[in-house]
Amino acid sequence: MKDLINNILNIAKIKRVRYTDIRIIRRKTEEIEVKNGNVEALIENEDYGFGIRVLVNNGWGFACSSKINKREMETVFNKAFKIAKASSKINRENIFLQPIKPETEKYKTEFYIDPFTISLERKLNLLFRCDEIIRRNNKIKISEGFLASYKTEKIFASTDGSYIEQEIVECGAGISATAIEGEDVQVRSYPNSFGGNFATKGYEWIESLNLQNNAERISEEATQLLLAKPCPSKITTLILDGSQLALQIHESIGHAIELDRILGTEISYAGSSFIRPEMVGNFKYASDIVNVVADATYPGGLGSFGYDDEGVKAKRVQIISNGILVNLLTSRETAHNIGRESNGTMRADGWNRIPLIRMTNINLEPGDWSLEGMIEDTDEGVFLCTNRSWSIDDKRINFQFGTEIGWEIKDGRLVDMIKNPTYTGITPKFWNSCDAIAGRDYWQMWGILNCGKGEPGQVAHVGHGAAPARFRNVQIGVMKR
Amino acid sequence: MIGEDRSVNLLKRIIQQSTADQTEALLFTEDSSLTRFANSSIHQHMSERNHTLILRVVIDKKIAILTTNIIDRLSVKDLLNKALSIARAQKPNEEFISLPRPEPIPKISTYSDNIQRLNPNRKISMINNLFKIVSEKGLRASGSFSNGVIEVSIVNSLGIESYQKYSDIFFHLILENDYLSGYSSFVSRDPDLLNIESIANEAMKKVWNKEAIEIEPGEFEVVLEPYAVSELISFLGYLGFHALAVQEGRSFFCNNFGNKMVNDRVTIYDDGLDPEGLQVPFDFEGVPKKRVSFFEKGIAKEVTYDSFTAGREGKSSTGHALIPPNTTGPIPINLFMEGGDSSLEEMITSVRRGIYVTRFHYTNVVEPMKAVITGMTRDGTFLIEKGEIQRPLKNLRFTESILRALNRVTLISKDRRICSEGTVYTRRFITGTVVPAIKVDGFNFSGVSKL
Repeated sequence: MKDLINNILNIAKIKRVRYTDIRIIRRKTEEIEVKNGNVEALIENEDYGFGIRVLVNNGWGFACSSKINKREMETVFNKAFKIAKASSKINRENIFLQPIKPETEKYKTEFYIDPFTISLERKLNLLFRCDEIIRRNNKIKISEGFLASYKTEKIFASTDGSYIEQEIVECGAGISATAIEGEDVQVRSYPNSFGGNFATKGYEWIESLNLQNNAERISEEATQLLLAKPCPSKITTLILDGSQLALQIHESIGHAIELDRILGTEISYAGSSFIRPEMVGNFKYASDIVNVVADATYPGGLGSFGYDDEGVKAKRVQIISNGILVNLLTSRETAHNIGRESNGTMRADGWNRIPLIRMTNINLEPGDWSLEGMIEDTDEGVFLCTNRSWSIDDKRINFQFGTEIGWEIKDGRLVDMIKNPTYTGITPKFWNSCDAIAGRDYWQMWGILNCGKGEPGQVAHVGHGAAPARFRNVQIGVMKR
Repeated sequence: MIGEDRSVNLLKRIIQQSTADQTEALLFTEDSSLTRFANSSIHQHMSERNHTLILRVVIDKKIAILTTNIIDRLSVKDLLNKALSIARAQKPNEEFISLPRPEPIPKISTYSDNIQRLNPNRKISMINNLFKIVSEKGLRASGSFSNGVIEVSIVNSLGIESYQKYSDIFFHLILENDYLSGYSSFVSRDPDLLNIESIANEAMKKVWNKEAIEIEPGEFEVVLEPYAVSELISFLGYLGFHALAVQEGRSFFCNNFGNKMVNDRVTIYDDGLDPEGLQVPFDFEGVPKKRVSFFEKGIAKEVTYDSFTAGREGKSSTGHALIPPNTTGPIPINLFMEGGDSSLEEMITSVRRGIYVTRFHYTNVVEPMKAVITGMTRDGTFLIEKGEIQRPLKNLRFTESILRALNRVTLISKDRRICSEGTVYTRRFITGTVVPAIKVDGFNFSGVSKL
């Protein structure tokens, strides 16, 4: 393989391109979905190919193919070269690509049990056992379980002289129970909605989730929700559990701080951001107790890796410090806009996609409260858990979320369960209203599999560390009829 | 590209080698290119060649689906053996009846040779032309321009042998000045129909040299452009227009067939063979597309089926299977809403005080059975007063039941257009929705953007 790669890099040098990188990626996927006692999907996928990125003058070109041999690689390089040359003809802006120290390294996810060595039977048994427990409750109309494992082997090489090999293993699982009565559809999930919770860990992670012991609880809660009262409509105090807060961080901080969005290159699809480069260092994003880091080195985080897809070593960087925005997610091409070095966030969804700035693990640092203390300290409000829906505008400023379940808080105690809870807000106003964050004992990583961005669409696996937190004066119960 | 003979022969060999009760093989090939630009500069220009083989084997009602893009003889044989052993390890799905049997496929052309002329230099020159047009107006252009050739081949052990070659092109554009942005888009199977000047002019009309004002949210009369209507109708397709949602009791159609659910001006259907849309002759099981009517003059009529959901009810598939493995149901991908007899201008003139919406952004479901969704307006939101568009507005958040909105439709445009965001994730298969503009007397806006 090294010979094939060197051949391309040599051709690139002969053609005097400014820069070339090549990524060869083999990705193995196993996804199992069980629904109402049946295997709804059992997907085994193997995907293999390479992509070449070329910078000629001020034009980028990218081409890729699933055939790996010398001739095809040369054809693909030439295609990328022609594309870059054509693009550079009309581009007036100078592309600045930050130099980096060449690296020759190997990185592997640390794990105890390779999820691909666990038998299919064992995985199915786990999901069927949960399914059976959930469906003991006859109000449950849909029982679902999901378990997935991914292994990505990646070689990155560039004309900078880097040659990096990585093997990243990810897995996770989740279950859900849907109760339906008339027009009322209520869902409860564990450990998180939309598939579960995922990590760069081995099968020991799935075992640690303890799915079976939570199956009965979620089926009962889904049924109780049918009888629960609707979420009231008012401005009140809001406490979010860690999983919902993870998505709140994702949508209203993570995407907003991507420098490519800020510079406008995502406008045509996902949108831009209310943040401007000059706000770094002085913008009061959140209240003083809010500290956020982008940490691609966090062990087990779904957004953890050794090197990004530009050959930059994974980093931990402060993003919000005591409420002030101090850094953004950057790449080698964009970082100079804020006078910084790339913090290594360029990742591509496979060999056939170009790297984009993606979240790593965007973590809200723990505070010093307990969840119980936070509730006790709240006279009136709601406690909302587990995401059900999300929406945010193209500048990441006006958001609205729905959660699966909630409870009203009165005089420091959780009282009535509420159904179809929603809340809405304006990003900086919301984060500046945060007055309590739970401590390390309540803090955990949430791995999200479905972060979409780019054209053609790319799905990134990202992580968010969060503990429950409290926000004041939030509009809840958005639609009342 | 692989071509009909080679791809069908490859799949037939796999079917012959399989010892399963039933086997289905699907080969999906793609040769595509995409150019993205922002701030009137190209920042991404890429091309992709790939193929995917999807095998579905059934042994005693035990089903396994395996996917790969490594299709040399030995790897394919290994894949088949693996599929067979995985299927054997499962529990039977008693609700599975059978893979579909062959039916005559309508002969339609879904490929234009003109696509071959879209090389990088030609695309760059077209984009450069766009940059010149918009820079003369002091605007910045962002967008993407993509073209592709797709082949879909399906063979199953019951005799299905289907092959179709598709071409597609999409172009979407956002123009901006320091105050506002405007949107337009184009999608077709024939690249020669793309007119850059016309697409630029459409977006330019939305970019006024005036700051947007903020309006207090509430219930308003609205005029929704086809882009916005397309978003609403597509959500209905996802939430309730298909058999799986009905069978699971989570569709708004449950217990409502034959009932009037929306205004009698509203007729919505799916038709893969209508040339006004992006035609698709057969689904991803090789079953010919049938026209399915969801709302006929406001009355709930029928839903789409694939072979699995049809088998559950002893019915025939309507030709709406998606790319396997598909757990979301046979969601319709060729949606149409019937046009009315108004013009867009007549709709605006009829509004006393209301809001004009070009498109929605980042919509999501709030209450599925009531088809309540939320999202933001984007790239062209205006205040209409006394029958005229008066001022640009800051973007608004809506939280509204699509069914309730369709019940309050009072005017529908005669003209329809095909809308597609050209969204491609794992595999490229561009779909489009053909819809008119509509006027709704009462649409709930629940918030406002502060920018």
